[in-house]
Amino acid sequence: MSAIEFILSGMLAAATPFLLAALGELVAEKSGVMNLGLEGIMALGAVIGFICVYHGGPHLLAFLAAGVIGVLAALILAVLALEFRADQVAAGLAVGIFGQGLAALIGKPYESLTTTGLSQIAIPGLASLPMVGGLFKQDAVTWLTLIAALVIALVLSKSRLGLVIRAVGENPQAARAIGYPVIRIRYATVAFGGLMAGFAGAYAATVYTPMWADGMIAGRGWIALALVVFGTWVTGRVFAGALLFGALSLAELAAQAKGVHLPSQLLAAMPYLVTIIILGVISSNKLRMKRNSVASLGKPF
Amino acid sequence: MWLDLIRRERPSTALMLLVPLIAVAFAAAASAALFTITGKPVGAALYALLIEPFMTRSAFSEVLLKMGPLLLIAQGLAIGFRAQIFNIGAEGQFVLGAIFAAAIPVYFPDSTSIWLWPLMMVMGALGGALWAGLAAFWRVRTNANEILVTLMLGFVATQLLNYLLLGPWKDPMGFNFPQTVMFQYEAMLPTLIPGTRVNVSFLFAIAATLLAWVYVKRSFSGYQLMVGGLAPDAASYAGFRESRAVWISLLIGGLAAGLAGAAEVAGPVGQLQRSISTGYGFAAIIVAYLGGLNPLGMVFSSFLLAVIYIGGDNAMVSAELPVASVRLFQGLVLIAYLAALTWIRYRVQWRKRGATQDGGRA
Repeated sequence: MSAIEFILSGMLAAATPFLLAALGELVAEKSGVMNLGLEGIMALGAVIGFICVYHGGPHLLAFLAAGVIGVLAALILAVLALEFRADQVAAGLAVGIFGQGLAALIGKPYESLTTTGLSQIAIPGLASLPMVGGLFKQDAVTWLTLIAALVIALVLSKSRLGLVIRAVGENPQAARAIGYPVIRIRYATVAFGGLMAGFAGAYAATVYTPMWADGMIAGRGWIALALVVFGTWVTGRVFAGALLFGALSLAELAAQAKGVHLPSQLLAAMPYLVTIIILGVISSNKLRMKRNSVASLGKPF
Repeated sequence: MWLDLIRRERPSTALMLLVPLIAVAFAAAASAALFTITGKPVGAALYALLIEPFMTRSAFSEVLLKMGPLLLIAQGLAIGFRAQIFNIGAEGQFVLGAIFAAAIPVYFPDSTSIWLWPLMMVMGALGGALWAGLAAFWRVRTNANEILVTLMLGFVATQLLNYLLLGPWKDPMGFNFPQTVMFQYEAMLPTLIPGTRVNVSFLFAIAATLLAWVYVKRSFSGYQLMVGGLAPDAASYAGFRESRAVWISLLIGGLAAGLAGAAEVAGPVGQLQRSISTGYGFAAIIVAYLGGLNPLGMVFSSFLLAVIYIGGDNAMVSAELPVASVRLFQGLVLIAYLAALTWIRYRVQWRKRGATQDGGRA
């Protein structure tokens, strides 16, 4: 298999945890709340999902359980930021540190155990194409994530619900004045973000690399946060960013397998270096940043 | 949805002192519940976390040893936090400080100069400032979010550390362990309290506290930074430049974290190794908030977090808790503190049933 073929066939699966977490965060940020706790929430989702599958539960149950714990953890942030008007940066960090600690505590007996992943579903015909065939052989979660990305893009840009969420993020005072329950909507979007981050963790620990280890999320939650900025709060661009990171993490593997003469630590640092560089390149375009960014992001209401 | 908040004319001082204690009590109760669920001995765990560090002279001296880097890093970070510039990558700056400082004994293993450890401290501070300076440069130049950049640089720092320890800096006599040679006597910080491991780095933390206090309370630049954070518009009319605030905040934060890293390799550890930081960067964020971003308040909060660190080490042995329980406890303390903080700043009333949604928000 050539490197290109290897990357094409695995790219979507590698992008899925980034994409799930980033899509949820996008919705929450659109309503004006940022969640810096994603890393910890993903860790919680990962450990709960792993425990379910390890004890013989179906993957569906694992994802449901991970989603529930993701929502609960995100609601801690919501209560702090929305009821108590706490600083969102501090509240997000608190939830993140708590989530990572709790995940490690719960997961201690399961450290470094493995389980089985999910089988792939191929689209007949397309999957047997040369070179690009691998793109059409994916696990069920990846297919569902792609559908979710499409639905979220449509809801945010075309539907009344999307309009309300954007109004709440743009100008909460005005949104309330015309009768929208700002706080309730923000609770809902933060909970949705937690749900998706829980799924993202479950995917990482039960499908992508079916194992649990403390620290296995390895910054994916933070990269998901960066992806929302990369995408300048536009779903399609967030999707493209997630694909880029999926491809990048596979390029790292391919380079290592081919024995490219670079220190492995440089390859391991690559996703973070690339994040820093792209973040700068995109943020420097003030016009583009301003057009789609969320006016009340991070501000208490 | 359930709370009415009415801003107080002035924050309640009595509550300000009480709130950190309430937060710890809540965190203890919540962790007790979580330990019970996960089947750990609750009594033994809480005793180890909160009481044991006070029981012996040696345990208590270890608390002071941990308090030094936490306080030092937190003082640096708080300067930025007050200006709404969030350096959350102190962990990486700490690692760079440790690397820069270690370079001296690694390349001059036979030197017996008395200037060895002071030079290492300077190098460490420069290393930390350099790492934070990258984030400052990128933020000022491209407007890239400093929260994400400082954090990502932390991951890069870890890989740099791994590279050095597995490659060029690995101790050839070290049985293949990823660590440098043990440093010579002259590279080590002088002991402060005889018979313990407490060294002069504790004085760095105290000095940083005094400097921070003077800077915040007495200097115009400190005042400008704070106003810039509280009311950016007003500050910009008054000629306050955001880029300057970014540089000052990040450089000072990096300097302090780098110095703490240098003091760690030249202090209790005595060599550069992979586990050089045990989450000091993140814990210092909690110290800063829990101390109310107040230079003197942070003395108390750093002491408290140091107790939890040492208690966590004990709990690993006596109550079979994983290291992660310290992180869990830290997270809970901060969660509780942020909620309780509301009572300092606002008069809080529970909403009566049937009252209008979203009303009463001033």
